[in-house]
Amino acid sequence: MLPLVLPPTVVGFGLLYLFGKNGLIGKLLLEVFDVQVVFTWYAVIIAAVVVSFPLMYQSASAAFQQYDPNVENAALTMGASPFKVFMTISFPLAWPGLLSGLVLTFARALGEFGATLMIAGYIPNVTDTIPLAIYFAVESGNMEMATFWVVIIISLGFSAMLWLNWWSKRNMLKYTEQRNRP
Amino acid sequence: MLDVHIEKQLNHFMLDVSFQVEDEIVALFGPSGAGKTSILECIAGLSRSDKGHIRLNNRILSENKQTIVPIQHRKIGYLFQSYALFPHKTVWDNIAYGMKSEDFAKQLMRELGITHVRDAYPHMISGGEKQRVAIARAIATEPDVLLLDEPFSALDDDTKNRGHEELLRIHTLWKIPVILVTHSHAEAEKLASKILYIHEGTLHPERISNAHKKLKNL
Repeated sequence: MLPLVLPPTVVGFGLLYLFGKNGLIGKLLLEVFDVQVVFTWYAVIIAAVVVSFPLMYQSASAAFQQYDPNVENAALTMGASPFKVFMTISFPLAWPGLLSGLVLTFARALGEFGATLMIAGYIPNVTDTIPLAIYFAVESGNMEMATFWVVIIISLGFSAMLWLNWWSKRNMLKYTEQRNRP
Repeated sequence: MLDVHIEKQLNHFMLDVSFQVEDEIVALFGPSGAGKTSILECIAGLSRSDKGHIRLNNRILSENKQTIVPIQHRKIGYLFQSYALFPHKTVWDNIAYGMKSEDFAKQLMRELGITHVRDAYPHMISGGEKQRVAIARAIATEPDVLLLDEPFSALDDDTKNRGHEELLRIHTLWKIPVILVTHSHAEAEKLASKILYIHEGTLHPERISNAHKKLKNL
């Protein structure tokens, strides 16, 4: 949960510390697999995953807590293996919550700026994400390019929120009696 | 026959009970928080005892802290207080989930009068229907013992009475040990051939004989 409360630059600093050439993980990756993470697109992915992970974790744990735990116990007493219970009961019941978490996480990852800049830098055609492209377009006075990316990211974010609202109204309360109440 | 001996430390007291159930309905009667549901959970394998054993027809299900037969192989029908129907599955899919034979499951639905809600989802049917679906679902697995955790507590009087009659009818058709948890004395006396009075984790035989005396006087 730490990445949720820390500034992204601090998360980026931590990642740089871990994945840098002399970092704990970075050194190991370099020696064993001859892979350098910092300032590559791997780093962009790592930054996006680490920063958005707490959102997914929160959504997933809420999704698995929102149904009566006895439905799983009932399935077990009816002879289902724990794997079958997960696939046929737990997962389908948690799915709407998991999916909304997925969309939120995707939107957060798409907008990741601070940690990405720290660990991946801004290398055109290698580590340029939309938020980085906007920042550096503005910095170099290319307002047209910046506006283009701003419009793209606003439409992506807006459609994600609209879809999420529509989906959760349709599916989150699908199997509860609340939906039928006036 | 179901042979139960459970010793288990609960939050405020020690649960320590021993009893046997033949092919009869036994009521576990007592106030809320007396340990009734914990007993059912230990028998079903949903929780573990500290000491004791659960034997069903000479098969040892658990001994002391050790689970010998896991939940899914115990052949125990468990009716939860909340019914715990699968909300994303239709009535038929609920019943079919653990059924042994399709013909038997269909016969059960006819017996319990729930054929008309076959394709409905649990949130679309009434409390009485939910309870009958839950009973059908538990019996469709052809269990060796049936555990009922306050199955009638959320029903109105008429539906409750119909539920009582159905339970008695089902029991004459499928003679298996049934444990009925209830905190209604009237319900225990009406349905059970033996009443176990439980208070703070221990059985009180004097209350059992009182209950029987009462029964005889009726």
